[in-house]
Amino acid sequence: MDFIAADYWLIALMSILVVASLAMYFIKNLIHAVIVFGAYSLVMVVIWLLMNTPDLAITEAAAGICTTVMMMVVIFRTKRREE
Amino acid sequence: MRDFILKRVAALILPFVCVYGFYVIFHGHISPGGSFAGGIIVGLSFIAFSTIYGIEKGRAKLSEDVLTWTESFGTLWYGIMGMVGIFKGVPFLANKLAGIDLGLPGELFSSGLISYIGLGVGIRVASTMITIFFTLMEDEE
Repeated sequence: MDFIAADYWLIALMSILVVASLAMYFIKNLIHAVIVFGAYSLVMVVIWLLMNTPDLAITEAAAGICTTVMMMVVIFRTKRREE
Repeated sequence: MRDFILKRVAALILPFVCVYGFYVIFHGHISPGGSFAGGIIVGLSFIAFSTIYGIEKGRAKLSEDVLTWTESFGTLWYGIMGMVGIFKGVPFLANKLAGIDLGLPGELFSSGLISYIGLGVGIRVASTMITIFFTLMEDEE
């Protein structure tokens, strides 16, 4: 099958998604994990745009940022304990 | 919370963020976006305001009663708009069957009940997001 330029961009961005998902699981600091989640949703927005669905891109941008803010608020309410 | 530059930049940008959210809500049927995304953008502008200026000022702008009323009003508005079809003798949420003028495709006021339903959903989503944020930021006893 023939690949066009957008397909290579999609493969590169989706590999970033895989790395970000694994990083969210392995990172111990919760704040850092939430920041990686924000980057995940940002990459997802670009993928939706490349797939010609700007509707989902706008929703993903808004909802991704909103959930990131909510999780950040929840994490600031927790207490931190050094091992 | 004492950052001068942050407060001035927020005072410049946040009104436009709120207006852009309403733009996305009102153009939900002819352009990308929709009532859900627009509602979240409107909610995020208030969330950013209360994060930057302090939770007390945010609560002063939108009190508990206002949030409760708008949240219930959004759901009720959806129901009312759906009942229009039933009162005309056609199924629930009927648009063209209920005899409503759909207008020209691509114009702002063109899709009958859909834009009015979108307004209700947008208000509901915005007030829900603000309510969740205020509940999370509540002080413990």
